[in-house]
Amino acid sequence: MFLGKCGQGGLHKGCYDIPHIDVVGRDPASPLKQLLTLNTPSIFRPVTNPDVLLDLQSISYGFGTRQILTNISVQIKRGQIVTLIGPNGAGKTTLIKIAMRLLQAHAGQVILNPNLRIGYMPQRLHVDATMPISVTRFLLLAPHAQRQNITAALAEVGASDLHNSRLQELSGGEMQRVLLARALLQNPQLLVLDEPTQGVDLKGQAELYRLITQIRDRHRCGVLMVSHDLHLVMSATDEVICLNQHVCCHGHPEQVSNDPAYLELFGKTGAAAMAVYTHHHNHSHDLTGAVINEQHPESREQHNNG
Amino acid sequence: MADFIVRALVAGLMLALVAGPLGCFIVWRRMAYFGDTLAHSALLGLALGLLLDINMQLAVIVVCCTLALGLVLMEKNKSLATDTLLGILAHSSLALGLVMLSFTNVQIDLMAYLFGDLLTVSTAELIWIAAGSCSALTILVLFWNRLLAISLHQELAQVEGLDVTRLRLLLMLIMALVVAVSMKIVGVLLITSLMIIPPATARRFATSPEQMALGASIAGCVAVAGGITASWFLDTPTGPSIVVVSALLFIFSNLVRRTA
Repeated sequence: MFLGKCGQGGLHKGCYDIPHIDVVGRDPASPLKQLLTLNTPSIFRPVTNPDVLLDLQSISYGFGTRQILTNISVQIKRGQIVTLIGPNGAGKTTLIKIAMRLLQAHAGQVILNPNLRIGYMPQRLHVDATMPISVTRFLLLAPHAQRQNITAALAEVGASDLHNSRLQELSGGEMQRVLLARALLQNPQLLVLDEPTQGVDLKGQAELYRLITQIRDRHRCGVLMVSHDLHLVMSATDEVICLNQHVCCHGHPEQVSNDPAYLELFGKTGAAAMAVYTHHHNHSHDLTGAVINEQHPESREQHNNG
Repeated sequence: MADFIVRALVAGLMLALVAGPLGCFIVWRRMAYFGDTLAHSALLGLALGLLLDINMQLAVIVVCCTLALGLVLMEKNKSLATDTLLGILAHSSLALGLVMLSFTNVQIDLMAYLFGDLLTVSTAELIWIAAGSCSALTILVLFWNRLLAISLHQELAQVEGLDVTRLRLLLMLIMALVVAVSMKIVGVLLITSLMIIPPATARRFATSPEQMALGASIAGCVAVAGGITASWFLDTPTGPSIVVVSALLFIFSNLVRRTA
């Protein structure tokens, strides 16, 4: 049983108050509305508030008879990092795909500006072994990519020495940085990252999350990301949405980590082991291990409500 | 040199030029079986052309393109795995083609269509081959980056603004076109080999997708020239000779130590 009790400091005005394990039509608040909207395609329309980059309203999605997402609402504002966490099969990637219009929601609205520049980082990139392609050539495939932009993007993600590497020869962490560079080439107002630290070791994960925070600070873009790495991602996010086919709980990381629904979902011991990771370095490393100076994490506070 | 050899050579080289880059996509996207299916259905086009008394080349192109369209639609449905679907289509269209051919009164040399008959290419057929190859090559060059992008990551390409469904369809239609016009050269059973062996040969020496495409074109041209020469001097069947030379080039390329 997931007793949704949202954090008070969250950006959403209303709480998700989901009384039962969700089944469509059992939500007492709006059975008629759900009935009416269940099979109508989701509607895309531009946002009215300029600070809101992406607004997902009451998204539902099913696969055959299986309901994958039920009544999910997520809003991302400029300069805000929103992280989706949840167990396997919770529908995190599905929600990302709906937001990116790769999938059509069965109900609900996807509200985003049609001219919004989105930098998308897919969960993984499988390159066929037979394709000879260098990192630079791969990045040149991004629309409107110029060589000088590529150099800048690779430098920004700390992967300057990878220009001529073959795509298949990259390590997990290098590949994620290259994919992040490709997303940056769009000069994004919104970054959408589907498990950005997949295949990266623990230390590399912390560095990647720090990198994402830096990118947010520098570009003042919104970030929507998916993560399994609760303990690491919590220090790098403004809002956590705990997803398990419906929104279990959401709010600031500290609040979510104490939320009964979150503890229920991940188990008490598991959740304790994933306590908020508040440890900060005052420097980070690029791929070769050299120290990079960075802005102090506190500086992000001033952008939070911008 | 005899006219028919010149025509054979020109037709073969034209096909090899376009088969190089197109074959790269087949290798990268693992579409070899798709190419086979198209090739097998070409025989159905041939039978239809004979029965309805329309231009055979045109009938083959229409049938191949229809099949490609049908596959795109059926793949969306996803009730069967793609390779199962391809297997059903490949063999039933080949069988249907053979059955339909038996209804025609025309005596045709089936072997010529199964294994190609390059030496009997007429001027009219040469024009079809030239037109088909040149238009396919032009489209490939124009859409090269976009096709490359969707071959690397379909969803990334889509988010970045490419119309993935249309581009995939375009690639399939180019394949259908090339298969249709190359039936005469190596025959329906060997077409795919001409598209996948040269890229596999070029792959070892290429450091970029473009190099691999160019290398595949060159390897294909060498195979065509070598095959026709072998066929001339050794009196071997031309289509299979081209494929054998192509395979030999592939083996040699694997023996050579890579310099890059």
